Amino acid sequence: MSHTFTLDGKVIPFTEGQTIIQAASAAGVFIPHLCYHPEFKAHGSCKLCTVKVNGRHTASCTMRAAPGMVVESETEEINAERRALTQMLFVEGNHFCPSCEKSGNCQLQATAYHLGMMSPHYDHFFPNRAVDASHPEVLLDFNRCILCSLCVRASRDVDGKNVFGLSGRGIKTHLIVNAKSGQLADTDFSLADKAAQVCPVGVILKKRRGFAVPIGERKYDQAPISQTADTTEGR
Amino acid sequence: MTEKKKLKVATTSLAGCFGCHMSFLDIDERLFTLLEHIEFDRSPLTDIKHCSPDCDIGIIEGGLCNAENVHVLREFRKNCKILIAMGACAINGGLPAQRNHLPLTTILEEVYHTSPGLANGMIPNDPELPLPLNQVHPIHEVVKIDYFIPGCPPSGDAIWKVLTDLLAGKEPELGHGLMHYD
Amino acid sequence: MGCSREVIVGFNEMHAEAVAGVVDRVVNRYRRDPTCMLQILREVQEACDWIPPEAIDHLQATLGVPRTKIEGVAGFYSFIYTEPRGKYRVLFSDNITDRMQGNRALMERLCNSLWVERGKVSEDGLVSVGKTACTGLCDQGPGMLVNNYAIAGLSEQRIDEIAELIRNKVPMAEWPPAFFKIQDNIRRADILLNADFKPGEALLAARARAPSDGLNASNMRSWREGLPSGIGGPAATLDEIKRAGLRGRGGAGFTTGLKWEACRNAQLKPGHQRIVVCNADEGEPGTFKDRVLLSRCPDLVFEGMTVAAYAVGATRGFVYLRGEYRYLLDHLNAVLANRRRENLLGKDICGLPGADFDIEIHVGAGAYVCGEESALIESLEGKRGTPRNRPPFPVTNGYLDQPTIVNNVETFAAAALIALNGGEWYAAIGTKHSAGTKILSVSGDCERPGIYEYPFGVSIRQVLEDCGATDTQAVQVSGPSGICVAEDEFDRIIGFEDIPTAGAFTVFNKTRDMFEVARNYVHFFQHESCGFCTPCRVGTSLLKNLMDKLHYGSGSPYDFAEIEKLNNLLQSMSHCGLGHTACNPVLDTIAKFRPAYDKRMMQQDFTPAFNLDRALSAARQMTGRDDAAAHLENEHGGQS
Repeated sequence: MSHTFTLDGKVIPFTEGQTIIQAASAAGVFIPHLCYHPEFKAHGSCKLCTVKVNGRHTASCTMRAAPGMVVESETEEINAERRALTQMLFVEGNHFCPSCEKSGNCQLQATAYHLGMMSPHYDHFFPNRAVDASHPEVLLDFNRCILCSLCVRASRDVDGKNVFGLSGRGIKTHLIVNAKSGQLADTDFSLADKAAQVCPVGVILKKRRGFAVPIGERKYDQAPISQTADTTEGR
Repeated sequence: MTEKKKLKVATTSLAGCFGCHMSFLDIDERLFTLLEHIEFDRSPLTDIKHCSPDCDIGIIEGGLCNAENVHVLREFRKNCKILIAMGACAINGGLPAQRNHLPLTTILEEVYHTSPGLANGMIPNDPELPLPLNQVHPIHEVVKIDYFIPGCPPSGDAIWKVLTDLLAGKEPELGHGLMHYD
Repeated sequence: MGCSREVIVGFNEMHAEAVAGVVDRVVNRYRRDPTCMLQILREVQEACDWIPPEAIDHLQATLGVPRTKIEGVAGFYSFIYTEPRGKYRVLFSDNITDRMQGNRALMERLCNSLWVERGKVSEDGLVSVGKTACTGLCDQGPGMLVNNYAIAGLSEQRIDEIAELIRNKVPMAEWPPAFFKIQDNIRRADILLNADFKPGEALLAARARAPSDGLNASNMRSWREGLPSGIGGPAATLDEIKRAGLRGRGGAGFTTGLKWEACRNAQLKPGHQRIVVCNADEGEPGTFKDRVLLSRCPDLVFEGMTVAAYAVGATRGFVYLRGEYRYLLDHLNAVLANRRRENLLGKDICGLPGADFDIEIHVGAGAYVCGEESALIESLEGKRGTPRNRPPFPVTNGYLDQPTIVNNVETFAAAALIALNGGEWYAAIGTKHSAGTKILSVSGDCERPGIYEYPFGVSIRQVLEDCGATDTQAVQVSGPSGICVAEDEFDRIIGFEDIPTAGAFTVFNKTRDMFEVARNYVHFFQHESCGFCTPCRVGTSLLKNLMDKLHYGSGSPYDFAEIEKLNNLLQSMSHCGLGHTACNPVLDTIAKFRPAYDKRMMQQDFTPAFNLDRALSAARQMTGRDDAAAHLENEHGGQS
């Protein structure tokens, strides 16, 4: 038996156990998100996918759909809040899009476009973060990490390797790699790993491939993120 | 028939590369249309050295990397009713801000003292030269900014869109294709 | 450098074999169980003074867990060090009450005396001096931790003595025991603190309440799941807890009977058991009543846990003791050992066949967020203390995915008395909506700080009178995440129907600057945010920066609007209560003590958060310039 809820007035069918974002996505409705990935267990940390369910804010990636729920998503209020979260992510790290190879294919950037983010608004933290170029095939630029933990989950749950992890706490939370040296070259990471494919921003980058696609032809040049299928995320 | 008073627009480039100004010129012949509504005050286009006290719109390219940038920005804020940050450097510090994780002392040391090939290098100390700030700052961290045009540079079309929206009394908006951070 | 490095080696580095030996000993004691990761790290550090890389190597090998996991856990907790922090690690408690008692000057004194920079390790690697969140010694502050052992009532003289001991490298075990004496300061006792309680009597009373045949319908579930029919009491005990109207004492006030019932009714998967957890992670600044309950009446608390286990059918129990209360551990373990001897823990408790339950104590390591029940469970499982996504709730999917109840220390103590005296007895105490008593931890500007147990319904005014507070400006009830009560509200009462509280009652007289109180609390939340969700991780830092901006005189109405916006965002988007409440102290004080803010709103126009003139300091220093053009006047003040 199929159930439905409403999302911004639209009737959305769902099956037992589906979360709001899964059901919305299956119905072709976009809800902004960064740490959510359809192939992984929901994490619920970025909070970009927050919606209002019967008037209460909740992350749509972790909230199971229930019959008759009234869900609001594309409202001015919620998008303003999402925009503020995006701005927080921009000032927390060092996001210089013009010099980033992921630009044009970056989910953070595309989400900010979607939300009409014209400026980062807050004062920048300009943290001092490292770049790890030790691995022959992959570059890690921690300046752009948004702590979505997709690489952590992919390496642990799909690759069975635990190459990545989070350490620190609060604003000092940071990505670490599984080596005493702290260097990616000293792990068993490989370009074929799932973890190499899932970074929504420009932290995990294949070397010697930068700027391969000309401006104008990159993923989000062609269509806004709201019209891009979930299954190709992070590629 | 009284002609509508033209808006005074001032522009400048702080710690930028003038790329945004070049992009501004990419509005091409639409510049003539624009000039029906505005006149340029202080700007590299006019070579006027200081803002008139009654500017309507100030357009700032570049972030703040030294004391002079701060003086110029303050002059703009004081004299312009609306201030617009144009381009990545004004908005988040851009390329110059990528020095921000290094202490300024280390940078000056390396540039003027320890780089190979420098003979008797010294750090310039002429009072005519503006001193660099410890870190490069986006301009909204120092004065209130009313509008932002992202891009490195923003396209001529994006600049045109924001200006025409403003002239039409609308909140500027850049849709897909015009909104770019790179 | 080379020289100081050698000294550091001398103080902090053991040979790899010695480290491996320590790790082996600790790991074996914890049955090579990776879910005990935090306990293992804590004990390794107690032996090695920090977690050297060789220890991580060895842990990786012996526990078979990836390095990322070990480093991830170690990096989460403030009291676990992956860099050497000295043989003596001094942390000054930095709650607002410690500040009011002059902790800053004492810290400076110690730093100067030991030639060490605040927050750093001394050049010889002997000692580090830093600060930490409230240590729960507010009634006898300023407090500090030395190698996680609490020292209260600091004075200049005591600081000088401590400096001398450290300089002479006297082992902590040889420090005068008087230094470590922590007072209970019980000023008003009621049913809990006055209880003339004999270990075991609550359990016997619970058993006695059992229907005679033990096979009544409500107990069928236990029976079906293998508990013997002899235990007829669980359902009856649960009924008494419900009848008592007991609600959680940790602040949220969830109905205890419902929680226990949900856990009891939760489906048990094969191989799973039910779990009882006592939340003794008393981290809310200004709260110290659990410290006193645990030091004064641990049997009452443990018995309450056992009653809970009996009621829900649990077989395993944990006490999650905050790291700051490490000094209580040995005593508590001794009490547990005694209870095992008395057959009040272990197998067939009180001679009831199948009534098996035991309790182990896990010690935290400096993470306030672990007071949140799902974060606490994560921490118990040896992980980073990040609050979980809910649902599912711990009552169905808690510790290692098993049905789990987490209750506050005081809740368990009350449960023991309810089991003993019955629900009706308890419900008659307090008010209609708030049954029983509440223990308040009173500190701040008053004559008699300490522990006050009142029946619910006591007014703020009454407490102030009893503790000898005069000229009171405000009371922060239930700590930073609670509510700031102003003078015109002193007739409000403590109770779920008016002002609920976890126990903190911090008094501020009229000389105190309520802005600085709020700023201290904001710094606390920023430090304690777990970093999991974007709004809290970044938002608490932004809020801290804004409060500092106001403090330094660069605030304008613009910043006020920003604070308001941040508050809305944190409340609506944060993952857990920490983020939801992080703005409370600011909002409350803005609403009630506006002049303290107006005084700071020095600017009419937007002003930078940093000092522009100071931003030229490095360039001035490097060029040797000091001419007029080498300065930037700060149009409106400002401070970097």
